[in-house]
Amino acid sequence: MSRFLIPLALFAGLLVFLAIGLRRDPHTVPSPLINKPAPAFQLPQLHEQAKSFSPQEMRGKVWLLNVWASWCISCREEHPLLLELARSQVLPLYGLNYKDQRSDAIAWLDELGNPYLISAADLDGRVGIDYGVYGAPETYLIDREGIIRFKHIGPLTPEVLQSKVLPLARELDK
Amino acid sequence: MKRFALHLLLLFSLAAAGGAQTAQPLAEDPEIEKRLQALSHELRCLVCQNETLAESRAGLAEDLRREIRDQMKAGKSDQEIIAFLTARYGDFVLYRPRVTPTTYLLWFGPFILLAVGLLVLYRQLKQRRTQIKQQSLTDQDRRRLEELLEASNEKEPA
Repeated sequence: MSRFLIPLALFAGLLVFLAIGLRRDPHTVPSPLINKPAPAFQLPQLHEQAKSFSPQEMRGKVWLLNVWASWCISCREEHPLLLELARSQVLPLYGLNYKDQRSDAIAWLDELGNPYLISAADLDGRVGIDYGVYGAPETYLIDREGIIRFKHIGPLTPEVLQSKVLPLARELDK
Repeated sequence: MKRFALHLLLLFSLAAAGGAQTAQPLAEDPEIEKRLQALSHELRCLVCQNETLAESRAGLAEDLRREIRDQMKAGKSDQEIIAFLTARYGDFVLYRPRVTPTTYLLWFGPFILLAVGLLVLYRQLKQRRTQIKQQSLTDQDRRRLEELLEASNEKEPA
């Protein structure tokens, strides 16, 4: 009897591994930046070039940094959710305009609405490299000490926002 | 004849000059380009995950190659550049996975499987040998054998 049971058990084990493998998204690469300080930068603001934005200014606040671009199709997908989040005013939302043309980016926000308190213009993508950006949109939750606590790659969904981002933000804000 | 030889000489010298021109390095620093080529073959492009950074035409790959080139010009070693990239993108950028506790199974799994296979094979062979040894003819087998031998003897022509 064990002649058949052993291969059968091995096969079942293999099936379990394959099933787990199928359900995982190969595009979500675990970020090594979780629980590390958000990389510092100082970039001109998208709308007011003379002014700059730096994450160091956000010390003492829990906030979201959303990497977006006018050329990014998935950014359009998550945009209504970001507008809703901005209206609710539960979590300050800042943008990192990644590898974009300034005029395109501003036109995009004029057309779809601007959910960001400030967008920093990372025109050559250099800051994007520091944040390990490889597929916009990406969203970082940063705590009061400037530590990245959560990262979401791809368009933010209501589920991720309600089940992960907002509860964690509330926790960090206590 | 003399004129022909002169023409020939002129032709050769032109060819040599042309060759020398094309052989000029395209990049500013061939040494750095060589290092960049070697290193970027070891790194994964994160946008098109099954391509190396050297082969990829994705925008991010171009940016990262530029970043690596800049760092090489600034005198950073390959190790420092790899540390820079893994700090941002994780071990996933490395085409050759590091040997860490999480990758032990990946690195040593095949050898474990091989060892298990050899063990099973050895045991099977040993078992079969003892089985063959132990099996002797029963009385019934012997009688049947004699019958068969007799039958074949009778059939044989005298």
